[in-house]
Amino acid sequence: MAVLVFTENWDGKFKKLSFELVSYAQKVAEKLNVPVVALSIGEVAEDELKKLGDYGADKILSVTNEYLKTLDNQMYTKVISEVAQKENAKVILFSHNNTGKALAPRLSVKLKAALGSGLIDLPSVADLFTVHKKVFTGKAFVTMELNSDIKVLTLSQNSFKLISSDNNATIEEYLTDIQESDIKTKVTSTDKETGKLLLTDAEIVVSGGRGMKSPDNWGPIEELAELLGAATACSRPVSDEGWRPHEEHTGQTGKIIAPNLYIAAGISGAIQHLAGISSAKYLVAINTDPDAPIFEAADYGIVGDVHKILPELISIVKESKL
Amino acid sequence: MRVFVCLGNVPDTTTKVKFTENNSVFDNTGVQWVINPWDELALTRAMELKEDSGSSVEKVTVITVGTKSAEPTIRKALAIGADDAIRINAEPTDAYDVAAKLAGVLKNEDIGFVMCGIESCDYNGSAVGGMLSEFLNLPSVSSVSGIEVKGEKVSVSRTIDGGKEIISIDTPFVAIVQKGISIEPRIPAMRGIMMARKKPLNVVEVPDTEVLTSHKSFELPQPKPPCKIVNPENVKELFDLLQNEAKVL
Ligand SMILES: Cc1cc2nc3c(=O)[nH]c(=O)nc-3n(C[C@H](O)[C@H](O)[C@H](O)COP(=O)(O)OP(=O)(O)OC[C@H]3O[C@@H](n4cnc5c(N)ncnc54)[C@H](O)[C@@H]3O)c2cc1C
Ligand SMILES: Nc1ncnc2c1ncn2[C@@H]1O[C@H](COP(=O)(O)O)[C@@H](O)[C@H]1O
Repeated sequence: MAVLVFTENWDGKFKKLSFELVSYAQKVAEKLNVPVVALSIGEVAEDELKKLGDYGADKILSVTNEYLKTLDNQMYTKVISEVAQKENAKVILFSHNNTGKALAPRLSVKLKAALGSGLIDLPSVADLFTVHKKVFTGKAFVTMELNSDIKVLTLSQNSFKLISSDNNATIEEYLTDIQESDIKTKVTSTDKETGKLLLTDAEIVVSGGRGMKSPDNWGPIEELAELLGAATACSRPVSDEGWRPHEEHTGQTGKIIAPNLYIAAGISGAIQHLAGISSAKYLVAINTDPDAPIFEAADYGIVGDVHKILPELISIVKESKL
Repeated sequence: MRVFVCLGNVPDTTTKVKFTENNSVFDNTGVQWVINPWDELALTRAMELKEDSGSSVEKVTVITVGTKSAEPTIRKALAIGADDAIRINAEPTDAYDVAAKLAGVLKNEDIGFVMCGIESCDYNGSAVGGMLSEFLNLPSVSSVSGIEVKGEKVSVSRTIDGGKEIISIDTPFVAIVQKGISIEPRIPAMRGIMMARKKPLNVVEVPDTEVLTSHKSFELPQPKPPCKIVNPENVKELFDLLQNEAKVL
């Protein structure tokens, strides 16, 4: 028996979420008294693979089939289910991100396993196997029972701390017989910005709304983000107007993020916007309207003009030499 | 080709959520029901493709697992422009069961492609679309932010970390759609509302599916302590709070 973790890498380096997942898996495995097996698909060097052991993996299976270079949901699911069966996995873990949302539901059907998605903490494995997650776009939580022998779980990003371990994990190659003709989704072009801090990975996010008034006023948002090592974000009307790229829009219909700090400048705090940021640990609001709903959700607020407050904040950060 | 759009019937996003029966059941008194926002955008894109003479999309069918109470939402989709509707008569319970029921009907249909939303705004499962594709044993593409159909040829764009990919795919397949699939949802016009009354809404039953999950209890978030308001003349205080109290800088 085992807990199986589906890891993700970017150009051969594991994403932080992979270490989060392995850390989480280690805790689940402890409760079930079984080992953690991590699955890596793609070209990853051995010393990078070993890092999964530093967060609790006991065994690492590496798949390097050349037809799995881009995500094909059907074939990835096939490989993961083969591995799950080989390892007799009782719990299979994914991140609740684009890839995890694409694969976990398919795998759940293939293995006839209940799916617990978007989890925010560890499952309880006493008499019943229950999981805890947000529902109604962050307006409530549910405790849900998973009623099947095998369970598939997806973990919300940034909701679990890394836990180091001194496991000396073993690495094995796993061979699959996937052929070119098995792949039904052909990627014909890719448009990817490398080296940019991803909004979903960022620990600090500086975000602007319609209160910024014009795309020409984004300088301070970008400068503050740069100084704080933060990513930039925006509200939906801002991306709809084309002031900022669509990838930056947070909220119910945009990205759902969980940074440690979210600075909302000139954002009113509509329920749909809050749905994307309600997991932020600290929320700062800067808004001229003392009655703006953002202040009900914020931890710290300044009632004032962004065009004045942001430059001041920037000079304070500069002086402090963070 | 025929496009199927899966419709979730969900509480309007501004609904104040409440629970009854010892916090084990969602209280739907006074709730306004709407088409799940992603499904509304999917339907909008399906209509655009149908109207485009360069695409071979000819017919758009909406399909829902729901009781009779979901019919106003289904009629709204017909008023927006869907040609017909299928209602699988059952209380939607868990995603596995809903997907199995959808598959029970769709496996007998001639599918161009099926569109599902990335998540329902009630139970936020992000599950039905992927599950449905596996039940049907069809290829699927998730995080779809665009679909183009030229004659019989289909290409979809998929959002990936820091960018996007264009994928060519043969029909039939399942597209799980998100932001970008269309920008503004269509709203029904008077003529559409009149026509919707006469469009077919077929009610079918699918027995023998299984439920694998159940909701044990709900809880509301702890009320937040009130926001600490910092004087705009003293921005340094905000910085100090973030550094020393919140310890996030
Ligand atoms: C189904 C649905 C889904 C949606 N999904 C999303 C979503 O995912 N994300 C999202 O963001 N929105 C979403 N929306 C839109 C949402 O309802 C709001 O309209 C939107 O969030 C408002 O954006 P905003 O706060 O930038 O603009 P506004 O509401 O116009 O707020 C601007 C704020 O700036 C303040 N301001 C003005 N000038 C200044 C100044 N000089 N200094 C400081 N403050 C100033 C104003 O007081 C105001 O509070 C959705 C809506 C619907 C119906
Ligand atoms: N009861 C239902 N009937 C038909 N389609 C549904 C139903 N529930 C969910 N869906 C589809 O599945 C998508 C994702 O839902 P979920 O897995 O519940 O988050 C929705 O956007 C719909 O397209």
